[in-house]
Amino acid sequence: MKRSLPIFVVLAALLVAIAVANPYFLDPPAFLAFVKRAAPLVILAAGQYFVIVSGEFDLSVGSLVTAEVVIAARLIDGTAAATWPVMVLLIALGLLAGLVNGSVTTLLRVPSFITTLGMMLILSGAVFLWTGGSPRGALSPQFRELGRGSLGPVPWSVLILVVTAAAAIWAMRADFGRTLVAAGDNDRAAALSGVRVPRIRTIGFMISGLSAAVAAILLGGFAGVSAQVGQGLEFQAITAVVLGGVVLGGGRGSVVAAMAGAFTLEALFTLLNLYGISGALEPAVQGFIIIGAVALGAVNFRRRRPAVA
Amino acid sequence: MQIASRRLFAGAALAGLVLAVAACTSDTPTTSAPSGSTPAAEAGASGKGTGEQSKFFVQADYDAQMAMRTAQPTGPVDKPWEQSIDPELIDTAAYKKPGPYHLCFSNAAVNNAWRQVGWKSMQAEVSLHKEIKTFTALDAEGKDDKQISDIAELQTKGCDALIISPNTTATLTPAVSGACPKVPVIVFDRGVQTDCPVTFIKPIGGYAFGAEAAEFLVGKVPPGGKILALRILPGVDVLETRWSAAKVAFDKSELKVVGVEFTDGDAAKTKSIVTDYIQRYGKIDGVWMDAGATAVAAVEAFEDAGQPVPPINGEDQEDFLKKWSEAKLTAIAPTYPTYQWRTPIIAALKILNGEQVPKVWNLPQPAITQDKLASYLRPGMPPLHYALCGCENLPGYPEKWGGTS
Repeated sequence: MKRSLPIFVVLAALLVAIAVANPYFLDPPAFLAFVKRAAPLVILAAGQYFVIVSGEFDLSVGSLVTAEVVIAARLIDGTAAATWPVMVLLIALGLLAGLVNGSVTTLLRVPSFITTLGMMLILSGAVFLWTGGSPRGALSPQFRELGRGSLGPVPWSVLILVVTAAAAIWAMRADFGRTLVAAGDNDRAAALSGVRVPRIRTIGFMISGLSAAVAAILLGGFAGVSAQVGQGLEFQAITAVVLGGVVLGGGRGSVVAAMAGAFTLEALFTLLNLYGISGALEPAVQGFIIIGAVALGAVNFRRRRPAVA
Repeated sequence: MQIASRRLFAGAALAGLVLAVAACTSDTPTTSAPSGSTPAAEAGASGKGTGEQSKFFVQADYDAQMAMRTAQPTGPVDKPWEQSIDPELIDTAAYKKPGPYHLCFSNAAVNNAWRQVGWKSMQAEVSLHKEIKTFTALDAEGKDDKQISDIAELQTKGCDALIISPNTTATLTPAVSGACPKVPVIVFDRGVQTDCPVTFIKPIGGYAFGAEAAEFLVGKVPPGGKILALRILPGVDVLETRWSAAKVAFDKSELKVVGVEFTDGDAAKTKSIVTDYIQRYGKIDGVWMDAGATAVAAVEAFEDAGQPVPPINGEDQEDFLKKWSEAKLTAIAPTYPTYQWRTPIIAALKILNGEQVPKVWNLPQPAITQDKLASYLRPGMPPLHYALCGCENLPGYPEKWGGTS
């Protein structure tokens, strides 16, 4: 509780600040629009959490999102009938990318920072080679519906976010979550007590890949095809998770806080935009947050360590 | 684990509480909303909301481009890529030599749809001319240092003429100056700070693009209307000129520019920004864009908000033209025509043939207006295809450009 509390206070403060600048913000439609916009990042942060809490990183999600959107556009090419098969394919591709990341990291013992950095470069290179920087084809209106449309007043993305969040919370409460955290906290101890660490970490990567696939479906739906769609998302997701108080290196932090971290980041961007602060500042702000949050976490950690021991 | 679940539960409960508290605070400000406007609205430096003029703005260039917009180009009407405005012809007899020729091309990059379309048109133009025996092209992949070494490398290949599309203006200038004494050089798209190339080929320019779109909005949006200007990113000369010309037009008008935002050329970000502005101001009366790639995303933001789409400008990309036609938008599409990629090949052959060419080859830069929209719609072409490719009669069209007939 102590760890997750600050993020909710910060989030609340930001939401109030936005509401002061823009009184319409807390009207249900406007607030739902905000949640809708945040949904892809929140889902990515949830996926990233599963990797980070198990003691690894996933830097490949941004280019995975781009690759998925570009592939979807090329394969669907505007035909409605192709929509659902392609969505299934995207999910499979996301899981496959996670499986490769996880296997290379755990079986070949390549540090995940390098594995997923390599995956990021491979995917972005492949997308560039395939499209030459200008994606072809188009997404069908049916595909766009999930990111763009809504069920009554509630956008589909918000519903998908709720389902994802529920599934993530459920997974972390189940045995799976416990062993994942144990693997991140101390993988040798976990292995000695019977946890199959490589397998559980690989599943963490696959969940991250899956979250990238879902985020790609929502982002592609929201704004259509673009070769820039996933740019920088990996760092936004990691920033969000760290902001949520999840310890880099694994073993500590909650998925709810990680998702709250993503909402906070999105709220911060919204606030900056409301005050007319240029978008160029966003990466700088992110940089400060990620260093500040980790530094702050380290300070807490040192203080707490003797008590634990 | 027991502890962890409790922590989770408490976290969720707290989240609920926060939302509840936040929901309460919404009541008071909402009622006062109509009278209150946001602080950002008044932030504009000049009162028109357009801010300071760009440091890239050069009055003489601006005036020259404004004059060229109305000038009559010389050359064949059905081949705008061979036309030129106010040509100052120079003699090229010194370069005359018999064929067959080896042409070389140092390309800045092929990293966006505009360059993709142009590059394909250039290759097709090469295939039209039997006298070109070899065509060597090197792609600098958007890197100045690679282009500098590319240009040096091409000088050793025995090129009869060297075409250069510079990645950036200042950094590539010495490399171009170095090549000029050895081989006839043709520069196109972005310029360099030397007049040593035999000819410099370009459409009218960025000021003309920005002014065309801004003047359209000034004509269509009632006085006092709120304009949102969307730019890709600051500090790039070819984009700064577009905005600075629009600023001149808006400053002279009765319109109010409520925001100038940077989109990074990202569709999702564009859509979010426009959605924010619709929410903040209730209504936006016109949208100005410095490039068309994210115009459809901007249009969709209005559609998704359930509002009529105000007058807007895009570019000659098919996705925007299609949206314009289907949604019956009030729109205009200024262009930076991709047909300019054909011209350097034609110029190179003219030079090697000893024919006169303009020192600065200003190509016409038409805007697509409502009455001409239908003639530029190409249903079989990819969404990011540029309608002013001038490629319809080239071999391999439409398949080579990604289209179907």
